Amino acid sequence: MTEAVIIGVGLHPFGRFPGKPALDMGADAVRLALADAGVGWPRIQGGYIGSYEVANPDAIVGRLGLTGIPLRGVFNGCATAGTAVALAARAIETGEHDLTIAIGLDKHPRGAFAADPSVAGIPSWYGQTGMFLTTHFFGMKINRYMHDHGISHETLARVASKNFHNAARNDKAWRRTPLSVEEILASPVLNHPLRQFMYCGPNEGAAAVVLCRADQAHKYTSTPVRVRATALRSRKLGAFEVQSPSFPVGEPVESPTVDASRAAYELAGIGPEDVDVAQLQDTDAGSEIIHMAENGLCKDGEQERLIAEGVTGIGGRLPVNTDGGLLGNGEPIGASGLRQIHEIVLQLRRTAGARQIAGTPRVGYTHLYGAPGVSAVTILST
Amino acid sequence: MTTTREPVAQGLFTWPPTGSAPLRLIASECADCGLLSFPAATDCVRCASTASKERLLADRGTLWTYTTQGFRPPSPPYDGPEAFEPYAVGYVELPGELLVEARLTGSGPERLRIGQEMRLTCVPYTVRDDGTEVVTFAFAPVEEETS
Ligand SMILES: [Zn+2]
Repeated sequence: MTEAVIIGVGLHPFGRFPGKPALDMGADAVRLALADAGVGWPRIQGGYIGSYEVANPDAIVGRLGLTGIPLRGVFNGCATAGTAVALAARAIETGEHDLTIAIGLDKHPRGAFAADPSVAGIPSWYGQTGMFLTTHFFGMKINRYMHDHGISHETLARVASKNFHNAARNDKAWRRTPLSVEEILASPVLNHPLRQFMYCGPNEGAAAVVLCRADQAHKYTSTPVRVRATALRSRKLGAFEVQSPSFPVGEPVESPTVDASRAAYELAGIGPEDVDVAQLQDTDAGSEIIHMAENGLCKDGEQERLIAEGVTGIGGRLPVNTDGGLLGNGEPIGASGLRQIHEIVLQLRRTAGARQIAGTPRVGYTHLYGAPGVSAVTILST
Repeated sequence: MTTTREPVAQGLFTWPPTGSAPLRLIASECADCGLLSFPAATDCVRCASTASKERLLADRGTLWTYTTQGFRPPSPPYDGPEAFEPYAVGYVELPGELLVEARLTGSGPERLRIGQEMRLTCVPYTVRDDGTEVVTFAFAPVEEETS
């Protein structure tokens, strides 16, 4: 099978852009990615586009060129962008296309997501009585995890503070004001033990990634980034997942993140010990902590020491969310995973500027998790 | 003045509770594989059977985890009072049955700890314009009843 490599990445800033449609942000991201790859739009043979808010994201060709290529809209909750890049890579691997693009774009209104529970297969009373909130799950999951594995409130705040400090070095990030551990611990509790500055917010932004066959990469770039593995898994019976009115008692069942992560490591022939830089779904500070273990990057409970020692900081042994993560960038759902990949590509190329990690990183890792219990992992390498 | 009380949904818990038929959550039990579902479901998520029978769940369990709600959820779907009162939610483990997500009585985290005994109750979570209290199921710490 042919291997897919990334030859171009483009990122529209994440934040609030009044008056600018999501499609325009997406087109900007595509142009940046095409310029980075040195490829004109007419040469792209197929694309995968993800968005939560835009009904027909493939309308983006109205901004780029009506070339008649197959464009597939994809939506998979918070794993949307991971799905788009996986399908774009698959089209290369199977020989369908030589040059593909993955695009994500979104423009969410302010505040927590509101929807009718029926769209998630959940009865009305669950929403009426104030249970239909993803933030409850994140509060309850980290509360149990802290109880079981000895994670402190300070560690939650350290994660958030790290991500805001990283975002401050990223001119495309949304929340660029560094916040101290004390400031974060002084912010109001939204869902115990999680506080205001420990949550990401829905916002706006777009990103795109151009891929080609590995054997043709030399035509475009001297620094191709290999797509070593993509994996996606949904929830299994018995796992504790977001928006579950109940779940079975018994032995704990692992999250789809564990399943996707294991599958990706196996496909890549790469182990967690080889990962030089990681981007993990930090919907909230607790999620980043849990996801370190669920992705095999440490043991349960080790986070307390690792984070205190700065291991996950830009200068640490295992930098996590060097671009500020979701906490620093916000979450336009369709674009979020492509932002993660954009950052890993910059780090592996050693062009991440003020937030470049030290040494010669070879392996980068990205992870998404969200409703209704779906997880996507991508492993990239030089 | 007597206040009318109504459950938020039919078939969710036994209503009205009486001395001989106290408040219980209504689950379903798969006729083919025995899997319990709450709320009661016609489709089994283990074996895809569509045959099930009603089963009332235990009214006592232990608190598995919890959180608090510090801001008014988006409305709709939330139809609680405009004047927002914080509340708590958690998962209660009903031994041998299910972990059930529920409102918890009270709002602060101070009175809650993982592993404590909880008992099923109900709380009025909103009042309609005509004065009807709308009731949902909730769990309360048992120690508060006995102390
Ligand atoms: Zn069954």
